[in-house]
Amino acid sequence: MFESLQENLSSAIRALRGKGRLTESNMRDGLELVRRALLEADVSLSVVKDFMEHVSEQAVGETVLKSLDPTQHLIGIVGRELVNLMGPVDHSLHLRSGISVLMLCGLQGSGKTTTCGKLGRMLRDSGRKPMLVAADLQRPAAIQQLQVLGQQLGLPVHADLTAKDPVALCQAAVKQAKASGVDTVILDTAGRLHVDAELMNQLTLIDKRLGPDQVYLVVDAMTGQDAVLSAKAFNEALELDGVIMTKLDGDARGGAALSVKQVTGVPIKFMGTGEHLDALEEFHPDRMAGRILGMGDVLTLVEQAQQKFDQDEMAKQEARLRKGEFTLDDFKKMLGQTKKLGPINKIMGMIPGLSSMGDMLDQMDAEKDMKRLTGIVDSMTPEERRNPSRVIDQSRRRRIAAGAGVEPHEVNELVKQFDGMADLMKRMSGMGVRDRMKMMQEVTQGGMLNPGAKFAKQKVGTGKRLSSAERAKLKKERERELRRKKRESRKNK
Amino acid sequence: MGLFDKLKQGLRKTTRLLNTDIRDLFKSEGRLVDEAFLGELFDKLVKIDMGVEAAQETVDEVGEAFRARVVQENDVLDKIKEKLKTLMAQPTAPIRFAATGPTVIMVAGVNGCGKTTTIAKLTAMFQADGKKVVLGAADTFRAAAVEQLTIWAGRLGAEIVTGASGSDPASVAHRAVAKALETSADVCIVDTAGRLQTQHNLMQQLTKIHRVLGKQIPEAPHEVLLVLDATTGQNGISQARHFTDAVQCTGLVLAKLDGTAKGGVVVAIRKQVGLPVKYIGVGEQADDLALFEPGPFVDALFADVG
Repeated sequence: MFESLQENLSSAIRALRGKGRLTESNMRDGLELVRRALLEADVSLSVVKDFMEHVSEQAVGETVLKSLDPTQHLIGIVGRELVNLMGPVDHSLHLRSGISVLMLCGLQGSGKTTTCGKLGRMLRDSGRKPMLVAADLQRPAAIQQLQVLGQQLGLPVHADLTAKDPVALCQAAVKQAKASGVDTVILDTAGRLHVDAELMNQLTLIDKRLGPDQVYLVVDAMTGQDAVLSAKAFNEALELDGVIMTKLDGDARGGAALSVKQVTGVPIKFMGTGEHLDALEEFHPDRMAGRILGMGDVLTLVEQAQQKFDQDEMAKQEARLRKGEFTLDDFKKMLGQTKKLGPINKIMGMIPGLSSMGDMLDQMDAEKDMKRLTGIVDSMTPEERRNPSRVIDQSRRRRIAAGAGVEPHEVNELVKQFDGMADLMKRMSGMGVRDRMKMMQEVTQGGMLNPGAKFAKQKVGTGKRLSSAERAKLKKERERELRRKKRESRKNK
Repeated sequence: MGLFDKLKQGLRKTTRLLNTDIRDLFKSEGRLVDEAFLGELFDKLVKIDMGVEAAQETVDEVGEAFRARVVQENDVLDKIKEKLKTLMAQPTAPIRFAATGPTVIMVAGVNGCGKTTTIAKLTAMFQADGKKVVLGAADTFRAAAVEQLTIWAGRLGAEIVTGASGSDPASVAHRAVAKALETSADVCIVDTAGRLQTQHNLMQQLTKIHRVLGKQIPEAPHEVLLVLDATTGQNGISQARHFTDAVQCTGLVLAKLDGTAKGGVVVAIRKQVGLPVKYIGVGEQADDLALFEPGPFVDALFADVG
């Protein structure tokens, strides 16, 4: 997500760096590069103009040119302005204790129905009792789609296959909600073009009759310059409370995210990051700006890790690590837990300095690799998993390889990698989060230069080799000893 | 209503926007072509999503021809039109029909771009030509996608082959071709699940469907159409590139052109990936599909300015 915007901006920034010290004239070149990058990323023209005005005002001034690292300073300004542009965000859904009504609207194919399901799931998990309302009477099988989603989530769906009037249907739905103990109603309205006066009137009518607590516009992240026009029209018709941006898991440059906030004045509250029903995340402008500028998004990663990692299991593994009992079984469990976080390249994109690794991993197909590794471990006996490097001989290796459907050398590679990993884990177990992150970066960067090594076991001193300082000290001592002996022999004469 | 009228109607809003914009540049009788003028022109072209690169190229060409001269509206517009027409130049080749037996058409695209509706429109169009159509509902992933196509098939009276939710889409595609052969249909259109072009595994699945389609009829699929939402910005280029890599797309269908979106990204796609636009979608009804013709497309963009 935002990758290309990030890439373009980084190349703009690299070009600036190459210039060494910034002067007023090459600053203008740099700003032009930033402007191009934003336009290529589908940020709407008017927004780019405003944005660049703000940035130039601050950038061309005295302070930047005299600051120690002008390039860094400029990046800082761009980052701050990006945050200002997209924020502030209030993630609250402003639900009431009685019945709250949420309404979703948007163009055709922006992802309203899927988002409706995702929102329902999120509300259910936070202890509310949501009901989904199939108010899209336009598109064939839209009602069935919502019913299927409701079934998967175990949520009630209000639908009427014979209904003709969405306004009446929504009113009936709220009535039914009151009767059946539901506390939140999510209206999935039909997709419509913002220039379709008749359908837009219908939407206004639903808004008037039902007075929904929150109205959200669902926007496709891949939208181009048109995003401004449609968002504006929906905002005028409905007074939006927020925007939900969808399909952010692709390589969309997401410029629409910047435009929509600027034009409507309402924040992007959530973002859809996948087709599965748990792929709805809160939108954080600061993290997003960091992501755009290639500064990573560690906060989101940590949050996700907290949500998805089994805390007890983690604690157990930590303890085993400390005692040096880390086995292949633990290794496998760890792979499993990492999998819960999502696709590897998505995780990589969130770690500072590793976003470019995401692409590399994409080519290598990290998912498949993980499956293969799990398969190899599954083909081992408990004893082999506990103590792989000692127990596994040639014949066992052949057996394991046959069981996992791999070549014998791959078993060897796993064992070697595991040895290095266990060693790494042992060293990391005593560190804080910051040191670990630093270490991970060092390891992966080393790995990029030397891909064959992966997690090599760190060489530990044998006690025989001395540092140069120690050698110098010893030499001095030897010389002193020699001089002393010479003096003594002279005395004796 | 002729095709040209329909095209014009679909592009009316696009035209209105672009026309007024271009005209803003020519407040008086003539204008001096300088940096400010070229900058404004660049902005207007970027607004139709044609991409920074294509816009810059156009502006450069205008600059080269007219810099430091006072120009008339028509001169500059003719230059831009000429440029756009060369960019979009392509043989007016719609569907490459099989010499004998059924013509297999595979339809792909990202989520929510309008694949299923486009298939309904294609079906209506082929039926109007007296052709018999078999549909393959190979979107077994999204909830109720099969039902959506089934409803269309019922409305249009076309035969449809479906699979259970979650079943292998390639097998549905295979059975759809088998059905087309068995009933000696003229056209077999295979729907696929929407997927983002960056989802490696799903793109491989698409490649597999493509391969399976060729099992019973060696040249199949005869056409692979990528449906593109007209509101899509520069991401359209990435879509065109990745889908073409996976399933050798033969052309684009530009859907949802009845809004205010310009669909100008097809210019960039044509330039960078080489995919021609074959049809445009201009509404939600089954007959809202028109043949894409670059000449009229560009002319319609500038129709009143001319």
